[in-house]
Amino acid sequence: MDNIKITLKQNIRQYGMFIALVFIMIFFQFLTGGVLLKPLNVSNLIMQNSYVLILAIGMLLTILTGYIDLSVGSVAGFIGAISAVFIIQMNMPVWLAIIISLLVGALIGAWQGFWIAYIRIPAFIVTLAGMLIFRGLTMVILQGQTLAPFPNSYTGVSSGFIPDFIGSAFGVTGINMLTILVGIIASVMYVFSEFRSRKEKQKYKFDVPSMPFFIAKLALVIFVINLFTYWLNLYKGIPSVLVLLGALILIYSFITSKTIAGRHIYAFGGNEKAAKLSGVKTNRVFFWVYVNMGVLAAVAGIVFAGRLNAATPKAGVNFELDAIAACYIGGASASGGIGTVFGCIVGGLIMGVLNNGMSIMGISVDWQQTIKGFVLLAAVAFDVFTKKRK
Amino acid sequence: MENVILEMRNITKLFPGVRALNNVNLKVKENQIHALVGENGAGKSTLMNVLSGVYPHGTYTGQIFFKGEECIFKDIKDSEKKGIAIIHQELALVPYLSIAENMFLGNEQAKNGIIDWGQTISKASEYLSRVGLKENPNTLIKDIGVGKQQLVEIAKALAKDVKLLILDEPTAALNEEDSAHLLEIIVDLKKHGIPSIIISHKLNEIEQVADEITVIRDGATIETLVKGVDDTSEDRIIKGMVGREITDRWPQRESKVGDVYFEVKNWNVYDPEDETRLFLKNINMNVRRGEVVGIAGLMGSGRTELAMSIFGRAFGGKITGSIIKDGKELEIKDVGDAIANGIAYLTEDRKSAGLILIDDIKNNISLAAMKKISTNFVIDSNREIQVAEEYRKKLNIKTPSILQKTGNLSGGNQQKVMLSRWIFADPDVLILDEPTRGIDVGAKYEIYTIINQLAAEGKAVIIISSELPEILGMSDRVYVMNEGRIVGELDKANASQESIMRCIMQSNREG
Ligand SMILES: Nc1ncnc2c1ncn2[C@@H]1O[C@H](COP(=O)(O)OP(=O)(O)OP(=O)(O)O)[C@@H](O)[C@H]1O
Ligand SMILES: [Mg+2]
Repeated sequence: MDNIKITLKQNIRQYGMFIALVFIMIFFQFLTGGVLLKPLNVSNLIMQNSYVLILAIGMLLTILTGYIDLSVGSVAGFIGAISAVFIIQMNMPVWLAIIISLLVGALIGAWQGFWIAYIRIPAFIVTLAGMLIFRGLTMVILQGQTLAPFPNSYTGVSSGFIPDFIGSAFGVTGINMLTILVGIIASVMYVFSEFRSRKEKQKYKFDVPSMPFFIAKLALVIFVINLFTYWLNLYKGIPSVLVLLGALILIYSFITSKTIAGRHIYAFGGNEKAAKLSGVKTNRVFFWVYVNMGVLAAVAGIVFAGRLNAATPKAGVNFELDAIAACYIGGASASGGIGTVFGCIVGGLIMGVLNNGMSIMGISVDWQQTIKGFVLLAAVAFDVFTKKRK
Repeated sequence: MENVILEMRNITKLFPGVRALNNVNLKVKENQIHALVGENGAGKSTLMNVLSGVYPHGTYTGQIFFKGEECIFKDIKDSEKKGIAIIHQELALVPYLSIAENMFLGNEQAKNGIIDWGQTISKASEYLSRVGLKENPNTLIKDIGVGKQQLVEIAKALAKDVKLLILDEPTAALNEEDSAHLLEIIVDLKKHGIPSIIISHKLNEIEQVADEITVIRDGATIETLVKGVDDTSEDRIIKGMVGREITDRWPQRESKVGDVYFEVKNWNVYDPEDETRLFLKNINMNVRRGEVVGIAGLMGSGRTELAMSIFGRAFGGKITGSIIKDGKELEIKDVGDAIANGIAYLTEDRKSAGLILIDDIKNNISLAAMKKISTNFVIDSNREIQVAEEYRKKLNIKTPSILQKTGNLSGGNQQKVMLSRWIFADPDVLILDEPTRGIDVGAKYEIYTIINQLAAEGKAVIIISSELPEILGMSDRVYVMNEGRIVGELDKANASQESIMRCIMQSNREG
């Protein structure tokens, strides 16, 4: 019982932010006269925010180590630019261009990781340099021009939808069979995994929530999943980028919460010396966190270029700030060792809904910035206060 | 009342899931040294934090009277204004500021916001001489030892015109000489009209200096013993603390010492900062199966550095020499290799190098041996909880839950979490650096029992300790270190306080 209470207490910030997200959505739903949650706009919301969310996942890991990466916006822009050069100017096949781009992302990450982890130049400085270097290189490569358009196979990742091949196979119209089916499959898998973990816990004779409570929770989650897929079905179905994003969220949640590698990252951020004296290869952990960030910045760069259907010299400007803000709003600690993928996604969505809602209302970009600034401050202040109160 | 300077009445303090203090009463008289004793987690530090305003008025219930006035402290500043100064269990000095700067931190000698350095230095020297510390006030804190840092803390309190000094385990990290000096200073302050409250697990010190002793158990006052009136012997204090008599301080052990199991040969370690300076010189030592070997030496003799250099080169620049276990030379490049080869090192510095304070007990215990609870690098979190619960019971860690952050545990319980980590890692060679620092008598006994068990299982155990009685009580054999060398090896029959000191003196003369 005590264990459950303490878990709740420690995660209150995350639940708090999740509830805040729901309220912000309801709030804008009213202010925009119902436009915010229209199926079309929901799809838009996902596609518009996908690249910042991808960056935020990578950024979370760097924040867990106690530092940040300022270069990701520039790196994303740079990768968009080289992939445009490969595909549009050199006519390289899209798959090959994407693979090379991801590799370049990894290389950039390794380059920065080397200075940060092995030479121990503060990450702030290395990535500030990276921010300048890769923004500069982006402009050099593009020679100040915009490169466009990309072939469909490239833009499909970020602005396409998964075709309803099940519906067409059975000749069903008016409903997106695939989308609905995905919702159902996801629900079944969720129920299955929850039951399994409950069984495991009982096997160890741990406390588990009572059956009615457990069923109620399952029902709620199943309802939300299927409402969501139903909603997507009302427009064009599942955006391709949602598949990518969903996969990344699942993979990184798993890595951070369940694997030894994840635990090593938390340990590093919590107390590097203690981690080292417990056998954690601290330099290596530090290094790989930045390699990972480079790859995810490359993914974000490709998604963004695809969505814009162009590579521009200004692509990715200020993305790093949105990604960092998403993590902090989502409960990550600036001194490292605390934060979750779920939290940073919620944080990113809060920023996204604010952006989108205010745009629909016709609020100017300057005010949007201002309001986002206040939200960041308020979220972190909330954190500090709840910590002090006990 | 005659001359009561401080009275705390019915103090109750709750933390989530823990009743740390339950109607505690404490009376301190003028011109006395009042000792506060109790087991780990009894609530001593918490009580002093209430008194000094760390936990502000309103976060606890009960009343505090100081010099007859009721006190309502909103923060530490308020209590300092009244002349109550606390020196915490963990020192709070800024390493890169000088002694003088630290002494007047928050209390700067300034006119119109501009620091008067002349006055700062001269006043600093004055207070330093009062605590008998001969150091240049411009020396940086990081360049002086813990013993001297402790004295700086006291000088800092004096500079604030202290009326009541609180010392939370001031001698825990000090060797006997420094401890004795510190106690002298406290007695001297008493003579000059400054009473103090001292918390310590070193009961011989308490017996020596305290005029009154208040015993706290499980967050409640048990009794107050008055010197000259009541029996204030160590045994009597222990009885009050744990509620029963403890007859034996050192658990009996049939030592079954086997063959030589672990050897360090021709071990030379260079200073990491200065590649030409030899820090540890030609160390040769060995430990047999089932043997407990102590390493004695003064602070700064290089014991911790030796242990850390063996433990995966966690200390040192260039290192030459070899480590042999079970007849095979080990190839150890880093801490991971050391652990993989069955070596464990319990650090002396649990806060900065041992625990991840923002993380919970469970994750701290599994940290060094996560592979044992994982399949394919995926952690079985249920198994992890089970392991943590097991160690909580086995080592008697006082906490409402294994999901408690280790930063919220009392010092002694933190130490037990670290021990759990290394016992769980199941090493063959266990190096324990100050394993009972800040631990109460009862828990010490438990830990000694565990150490004996490990030895009985055939493990090789090395104990480093500044408490000579501990070394003498536990070890089958003792190495004496001084200035980076091994200067003596004594077997159980020949090891004594005198013989150890003799080894050190002799090497000083030769050196
Ligand atoms: N911030 C906190 N949050 C939750 N529990 C706490 C907190 N601080 C202390 N406790 C709990 O209160 C109890 C008393 O702790 P305290 O630090 O006062 O013990 P102590 O007598 O000083 O022990 P030690 O001799 O080990 O230093 C312990 O059970 C501890 O776990
Ligand atoms: Mg304490």
